Amino acid sequence: MTAIIDYDAGNIKSVTNALERLGSSYVLSSDPKVILGADRVILPGVGNCAEAMASLESKGLVEVIKSIRKPVLGICVGLQVLCRDSEEGNAQCIGIFDSHVRRFPNDPEAKVPHVGWNSIGNMDSKLLKGLERGSNVYFVHSYYPTLCPDTIATCRHGETFFSAALKYENFYGTQFHPEKSGSVGEKILENFLAL
Amino acid sequence: MVTKRIIPCLDIRDGKVVKGINFEGIKEVGDAVEMGRRYSAEGADELVFLDITATFEGRRTFAELVEKIALNINIPFTVGGGISTLEDASRLLDAGADKVSINSSAIATPDLIDKIASKYGSQFVVVAIDARSEGSRWLCTTHGGRKATDKELFAWAKEAEQRGAGEILFTSMDHDGTKQGYACPQYRELNALLGIPVIASGGAGNVDHIAEVLSEGRADAALAASIFHYNEIPIPALKKELSERGIAVRLK
Repeated sequence: MTAIIDYDAGNIKSVTNALERLGSSYVLSSDPKVILGADRVILPGVGNCAEAMASLESKGLVEVIKSIRKPVLGICVGLQVLCRDSEEGNAQCIGIFDSHVRRFPNDPEAKVPHVGWNSIGNMDSKLLKGLERGSNVYFVHSYYPTLCPDTIATCRHGETFFSAALKYENFYGTQFHPEKSGSVGEKILENFLAL
Repeated sequence: MVTKRIIPCLDIRDGKVVKGINFEGIKEVGDAVEMGRRYSAEGADELVFLDITATFEGRRTFAELVEKIALNINIPFTVGGGISTLEDASRLLDAGADKVSINSSAIATPDLIDKIASKYGSQFVVVAIDARSEGSRWLCTTHGGRKATDKELFAWAKEAEQRGAGEILFTSMDHDGTKQGYACPQYRELNALLGIPVIASGGAGNVDHIAEVLSEGRADAALAASIFHYNEIPIPALKKELSERGIAVRLK
């Protein structure tokens, strides 16, 4: 059973729908007992990083998340809150990943938000096993996680290279949306469900 | 590098996909979920579902269909048609839409863009603009082209961006349904003016047209309907051809 953390952070439906399509059981919850009792946890998130942090704090979930020992997958803002900090609203984040979240610079050749399909490289993790080199995944974001020792996949937008995916111990994160990334994304979710 | 997107657009009436020419003479071409799933499997990068009768008949949008689409499709999709309040947008987000497209209502109440963007983020708001040339100017229309306005295309697109639109979907009413090519100079101008992605719509008749709007027209995405619905240009062949011409598209 997968617990999807419910903390008022945007479109959770796209994640539940993806698990429905894969025939995998899940529970949507903000209850620490349910989250800590699950086989794995997905931390979704769309929108503003500072607001997402504030929401996790108000629900008392920051310490709960830190104490999870089962596989965790943060998606988009769900990844960003697991980084050290974010320029968006100057948020102090949970600090699992040794990465900082920065805003993309203004660049006429690399529009912000970074919306659409982009290829990921330097893939190195069980989460991404079985993917072809240069596989494309779907991104939609204005802030990116910097490269760091926890980076397990990279992506380039304009002149900026950033972490497309991160891993530290049992924590994983994707800046892209696997639940919206067609068959490539489905493979990534299957890999996560098999961890 | 982010790839150029190919976006089939499905105009919906009563849950069925329909296609009209110059917004008139509408004909049914298929089931929304089935067609969406087929396009997704063929390599479409995104889908747009527009409830074309919603504004005209004063109907509310089609949340039930959106739920089915969201459950069955694993690529992003935008829904539009008759979204006139923040509550309408919230309902569609809850139903599983990735983005909403607002058009007539944004012109009537521009503040709607700010409201939706500040609540759900700019990535959730596509501002669609239908405009036609009047002499040397391009003027916006509303209600599926039925009503003229005095809003100028470029000024309105810039205002929409400043209010928080995440993307601009511009349809040239002069080109829509003609299959004679997109309004390339206008897309080029929009691209130079805006820092957000521009989606081109209206006029696709062959691969050259799509290649042209994505290269010379500098559009970030090309939207089309009939060439896909009638399988005149299968998406895999289109993307292969674009790739061979040096345009970055998603092939895997």
